[in-house]
Amino acid sequence: MNDTMSRYRTMIGHRLFWPAAVLFVMLAANTIYRPGFLSIELKDGHLYGTPIDILRLSAPLILVALGMTLVISTGGIDLSVGSLCAISGAIACMYISKQPDQNSLGVVVTALAMAMGVSLVLGAWNGVLVAVIGIQPIIATLILMVAGRGLAQLITEGQIITINSEPYRAIGLGHALTLPLAIFIALAAALLVAAFTRRTALGMIIESVGGNAMASRLAGIRSGRVIFLAYVISAACAAVAGFMMTANVSSADGNAAGLWVELDAILAVVIGGTSLAGGRFFLSGTIIGALIIQTLTTTVYAMDISPQTSLLFKAVVVIAVCLIQAPAFRARFSRRRRNVPPPATIADKPKEQVPA
Amino acid sequence: MGKMRTQSAPWRAAAVLASVLLVGGVAACGNSDTGGGGTKDDGKITMGFSQVGAESGWRTANTISIKEAATAAGIELKFDDAQQKQENQIKAIRNYIQQKVDVIAFSPVVESGWDTVLKEAKDAGIPVILTDRSVDSADKSLYKTFLGSDFVKEGRLAGEWLVEQKKTASGPVNIVELQGSTGAAPANDRKKGFAEAIAANPNLKVIASQTGDFTRAGGKQVMEQFLKANPKIDVLFAHNDDMGLGALEAITAAGKVPGKDITIITIDAVKDGMQALADGKFNFIAECSPLLGPQLMDLAKKVKAGQEVPARIETEETTFTSEQAKEALPNRKY
Repeated sequence: MNDTMSRYRTMIGHRLFWPAAVLFVMLAANTIYRPGFLSIELKDGHLYGTPIDILRLSAPLILVALGMTLVISTGGIDLSVGSLCAISGAIACMYISKQPDQNSLGVVVTALAMAMGVSLVLGAWNGVLVAVIGIQPIIATLILMVAGRGLAQLITEGQIITINSEPYRAIGLGHALTLPLAIFIALAAALLVAAFTRRTALGMIIESVGGNAMASRLAGIRSGRVIFLAYVISAACAAVAGFMMTANVSSADGNAAGLWVELDAILAVVIGGTSLAGGRFFLSGTIIGALIIQTLTTTVYAMDISPQTSLLFKAVVVIAVCLIQAPAFRARFSRRRRNVPPPATIADKPKEQVPA
Repeated sequence: MGKMRTQSAPWRAAAVLASVLLVGGVAACGNSDTGGGGTKDDGKITMGFSQVGAESGWRTANTISIKEAATAAGIELKFDDAQQKQENQIKAIRNYIQQKVDVIAFSPVVESGWDTVLKEAKDAGIPVILTDRSVDSADKSLYKTFLGSDFVKEGRLAGEWLVEQKKTASGPVNIVELQGSTGAAPANDRKKGFAEAIAANPNLKVIASQTGDFTRAGGKQVMEQFLKANPKIDVLFAHNDDMGLGALEAITAAGKVPGKDITIITIDAVKDGMQALADGKFNFIAECSPLLGPQLMDLAKKVKAGQEVPARIETEETTFTSEQAKEALPNRKY
């Protein structure tokens, strides 16, 4: 009895428990509303169903949110990811659309390399502004957020660029082992980031820089270099997400591609339990956060909640999720019931101010 | 690196300045001549035009039409791109007033906040023509006329075509609707016009209606869920071509044939949409034409000559079926 009780406590106490519970509740509510919500069938050799849609559509958000997690854990923020998605997609599609043979693999690889190259340069630009020159991250990345959209539109000349390239389309819509390729790309990126941060000391170094950049530097960590790296990784993730978004509809729309994805990504990171103050990050939490956000969007469509009320609906769910996630809020309730002292929270730790 | 705290202030100021200059540089690329001297009174009409921006293929075609029509009509055009910002537009209009142009025309970025600058134009005796979008000024004497599409009518045309097609249908016809951006005038009006028209046949029912934000990705994502939630969808009505194009992919992925299993009606008639219509993937498009240049130049001449013009003028628009699209496609400008 005591054993089950303590196991129950450990489970509740696990940081992934509440986000996972929220995701579960949302899926359950959808299934009650429409029993066929979770059903998956085989169509043309691919799995087909709403859960697959959710996974496929959340792939770009997962990518962007992974990069965002690293940036946020250094105590920064990257607002430019949405514009970077638009730029990378625009460059790739523009290049492909100008080629005589759009289906050639060589053309697509060149396009991806070019777009990725530009994105890395832009990521480095962010990194230099923040790490070398010392501008507040929110301002430094705001520059590219605003200018980047214009840049994407200059590249596409204000038009929607439609392409007809099977290899490029595969990034967003291709299948492997009956599942959408996008899922595997996102998964691979997640595993890669996890391996580099959790199997090496890099993750701990990032956290230490986010906790206190000055102290880390005095302890022998090149804080600037770590921060710089985080922005470059974030840009790379955004670039791949941009490929997926444009491949999904075989067209690049400089105006709409990746619009507001930075806010969704920040939300996914926060829902996942990473502190906005920096110093701690949870990649698995971020992924669940991204899945929650996409499920929420899909729920609105699946339940046909009217567009006028859907924004309010989303807001209410997000507030509920954040409250459930907040240890201080939960502690209030459990203390009232059982008189248990509140768990120590990392988020409550005062953050030292860094001059801009 | 890592000198986060030891940076000197001038260094940082220089960096911020450089960044701001960069942003300004990018933003300024689209701007063209608003400067230049005043106009001579040589009988030639000078028009100052302030465009919203270059946010879509539709807008680009609109700009080209106005520029070409001005050249053809022998009107000197001073063109300004407002980059989606009202303050840019107000600045451009004030410039035109100072330059004493004969006519000012503009597509307002937003509906409200124009009274002051329009009053200035009126006091200077310069007539103003609104194109494409209207303003909400209570004083209608501030502008001569509003030339633009009637979105309600576009929705109605789409609905009327459907009523005509389905007049022999005995059972219920299930319609799904992809709305434009929530709250946008084209979305509200097209929805309204369509609903009015299909009310003529009680068999026609909109079973689901969601916003796809006028984008392909949005249209696709919403359609995917529509298809899963509703086993029987007969008709798709999309508020613009792009959402319809996104929905095409969702329909194909669901193993259905667009244009046959599901009748698709859209609005706009941009090139990709017309291509889909010619290919039989769409069934009907109600045009929302950006080519209002010639009409605008005619109006400018009339206004300059002191003739009375109606307060509201609709853009000349048409509708397309698949056959008509095949004929029209080679000559489409956008």
